Amino acid sequence: MANGTIAGNPAEVSFYEYDGKRKGIAGWLLTLDHKRIGILYLISMLSFFAVAVTLGFLMRLEMLSPGETIMKAQTYNSIFTLHGVIMVFLFIIPGIPAVFGNFIMPIQIGAKDVIFPRLNLMSWYLYIIGGAIAIVSLFTGGGIMDTGWTFYAPYSLRSTANISLSVFAAFVLGFSSILTGLNFVTTIHRMRCPGMTFFRMPLFCWGLYSTAWIQILATPVIGITLLLIILERFFGIGVFDPNKGGDPLLYQHLFWIYSHPAVYIMILPAMGVVSDIIATFTKKDIFGYVPIALSSLAIAFVGYLVWGHHMFTSGMSDTARVIFSFLTFLVAIPTGVKVFNWTASLYKGSIDMRAPMLYVMAFIVVFSIGGLTGLVLGTLDTDIHLTDTYFVVAHFHYVMFGGMGLLFFASLHYWFPKMFGRMYNEKTAKVACWVFVVGFNTLYFPMFIMGYLGMPRRYYDYLPEFQIWHVIATVGSWIMITGMIIMFVNLIRGLYKGAIAPENPWGSTTLEWKVPSPPPLENFDEIPVVTHGPYHRDWEDDSLEVVKEVKKH
Amino acid sequence: MSHNSETLAHEVHEGGHAHRDDVGSKMGIWLFLFTELLLFGGMFILYASYRYIYPNDFKAAALELDPILGAVNTVILLTSSLTVVLGIVALTKNNAKLCMTYLWITQVCGLAFLVNKYFEWTHKIHLGIYPNGPALDDMAQGERVFFGLYYTMTGLHGLHVIVGMAFIGFVMWFIHKKYITSTNLQKLENSGLYWHLVDIIWIFLFPLFYLIH
Amino acid sequence: MSAELKASQVEIIDEHRLKAEEEHLAHEEHSVGYGTYVMVWLGLVGLTAITVTLSGISLGSLAIIAALLIAVIKTVMVMNYFMHVKFDTVIFKVFIAVCIIIFLTMIILTFFDLTFRNPLI
Repeated sequence: MANGTIAGNPAEVSFYEYDGKRKGIAGWLLTLDHKRIGILYLISMLSFFAVAVTLGFLMRLEMLSPGETIMKAQTYNSIFTLHGVIMVFLFIIPGIPAVFGNFIMPIQIGAKDVIFPRLNLMSWYLYIIGGAIAIVSLFTGGGIMDTGWTFYAPYSLRSTANISLSVFAAFVLGFSSILTGLNFVTTIHRMRCPGMTFFRMPLFCWGLYSTAWIQILATPVIGITLLLIILERFFGIGVFDPNKGGDPLLYQHLFWIYSHPAVYIMILPAMGVVSDIIATFTKKDIFGYVPIALSSLAIAFVGYLVWGHHMFTSGMSDTARVIFSFLTFLVAIPTGVKVFNWTASLYKGSIDMRAPMLYVMAFIVVFSIGGLTGLVLGTLDTDIHLTDTYFVVAHFHYVMFGGMGLLFFASLHYWFPKMFGRMYNEKTAKVACWVFVVGFNTLYFPMFIMGYLGMPRRYYDYLPEFQIWHVIATVGSWIMITGMIIMFVNLIRGLYKGAIAPENPWGSTTLEWKVPSPPPLENFDEIPVVTHGPYHRDWEDDSLEVVKEVKKH
Repeated sequence: MSHNSETLAHEVHEGGHAHRDDVGSKMGIWLFLFTELLLFGGMFILYASYRYIYPNDFKAAALELDPILGAVNTVILLTSSLTVVLGIVALTKNNAKLCMTYLWITQVCGLAFLVNKYFEWTHKIHLGIYPNGPALDDMAQGERVFFGLYYTMTGLHGLHVIVGMAFIGFVMWFIHKKYITSTNLQKLENSGLYWHLVDIIWIFLFPLFYLIH
Repeated sequence: MSAELKASQVEIIDEHRLKAEEEHLAHEEHSVGYGTYVMVWLGLVGLTAITVTLSGISLGSLAIIAALLIAVIKTVMVMNYFMHVKFDTVIFKVFIAVCIIIFLTMIILTFFDLTFRNPLI
């Protein structure tokens, strides 16, 4: 290699130990290595996640009894807004692409890094700046935002809270997301190793590729929408203000033109993880590789056609409502293709129910509940009854948290040995998963019932007859948080005391398992040459030796 | 055979990593241009919607704008786009000096566009036609939305002109420092692409705001 | 990776190198001269003159269509020549098409609301 003259061979030590030009903390903050940037994202993202979970926990405490329990109405408004903004913009949307996409994808396609490493670092800084601005907005101006994470006009134009700054934070975060998407599309087009054709890429890369296109083509729309809110608040340009001839419905259109596709930014990479994990733990090639790969692109495209189902009761024309309701059902087709192919992959597989696989199984069940209740909401007439009730809250927590959240945990367990070079305690991980899933359902399932009975969302108070359901949900939140604490304690313990991870602990077939754990600076000593599909099992391959070894233990 | 294949593999790796990837960097810029297009795209959706809602108000409001001024600005931007591509041709023919001259013309055109825009805006503001201004508040609702969009879209476009000029300024500095040469001019081409995009957006803004009566 | 490469791998490497070379050549090839660019510029200025003239004549609802059509023609010229899309590999054209389709989808679906909404505001 051209730069092989640096003291010490970077190929022999892990990327943690090899500092390069800068040592210590500067070696991290100014790093151009995709793996270090992935770790930076992981740390910052989990910190924001912890804050948002705490806020959610406080909301549930408030709902324990009717009336004012621990906070006032306005505080509750601020807290649910903050919970939504942090979860959506700082965790769920960037989560899997920024952490695992950055760390794993370049290795999976046989590249030494992403194509624009500097841009990659810049997106992390934008992410941090966006997060910092959001935090600053809490303590300055007119106080904590209280509009809900959707910033609907005209309320967001008139609220005395510090809307402009928090909207600007979301704008900066959007920019970070765009740059990541741009980097990934170009990397996947330009950096694949010899022989790695598009249809030999692991399905995780397909998920990221589709996601990256949504990030590029949808995020700018929310960017301009949020910018217009700021301009409107500062200069009164009047494009959304009904007093000045503006149409608040158009705000909703523009907002959901981005924010519905954003739902697929959340879930598509996660679904890619599912395919990889299932192929690994069933010990066979995935069933229907091409349909799964293409269904990612199909979901990405159909995602642009359905935003209106968020606006069924907002005064949109009847024709548009019927059309959007119809188009919404189309999403079920590519999603169904995925789910059926996954279940077909299980058939006659030698299933190894390790922790990542357990999380994936939990995902399939929980996500199906979320998906099917989504059909209830996507149907025009039932939606009229359920709009803005707890049914909606339950639905999107099942798909977002039960979907992306569970799979974030699954990926964390799946790639933990690769990222940190250590193993975690398998048994504890499974216990954590069970506790989490039980708590999750106890927390969110009663919300379906409450919503069906008419409990509206976003209120800090409720009628006494709903109390039983709220108490169950609040207890569920305690169980769920316990599950998460067990999980993270187990992982952190593994980080320090776990057994040293072999190169390929699960007997996976994709390229990231053919480099050391954790990988060296430029991943590959020599760029691999690929001659077969990602999940092809060559029984002569030495990686299977490792499987036998691990099984012996 | 095995020796030969190893050198082959080595070459591929060198090619894939040590050399720069011009097509890759161009792809990156194009993807970035798409985000810019859709940023303005959001506003074009708003424009189309409000034009549909207030057809007559939009026509009345457009009468306040001077199409000749807009046309002059269009020609200025088209010319600046031309000089950028001519600059690229000059540099491929190893004539850095001529390239610099062309890029200077681009910068002057960009500045002329902004000066023109400045006088246009100040004139309107002088007449009280600005958001919350006395004249605009008396106008019909559609006209108020028209001018809201007018200021936002041309303002944002003007901001892009400034950014484009900054990019070209950096490129000129690099050419001066010989970082950009006839064999390594992807940075110049990329800045050119950005500049053309700014031009394309104006190609649409001009008829939509100045020529709809 | 083992030091000995299999025959199939050598083939792949060969293909990979060939592709890179072709791409490199294609990148160098398309040097369009000063003349073409000046002609394109003249065309663009001419179209600007036409669109301004047309706006003086009252065409009714056709006016907006004519103005947008001319703007589209101008854009195609700028993209194809100034931005070299005509000489780029097919993937760039696919990308541009995807971007335009998505944008048109957004507009069309928004208009399903506006066209049938009553009252409009």
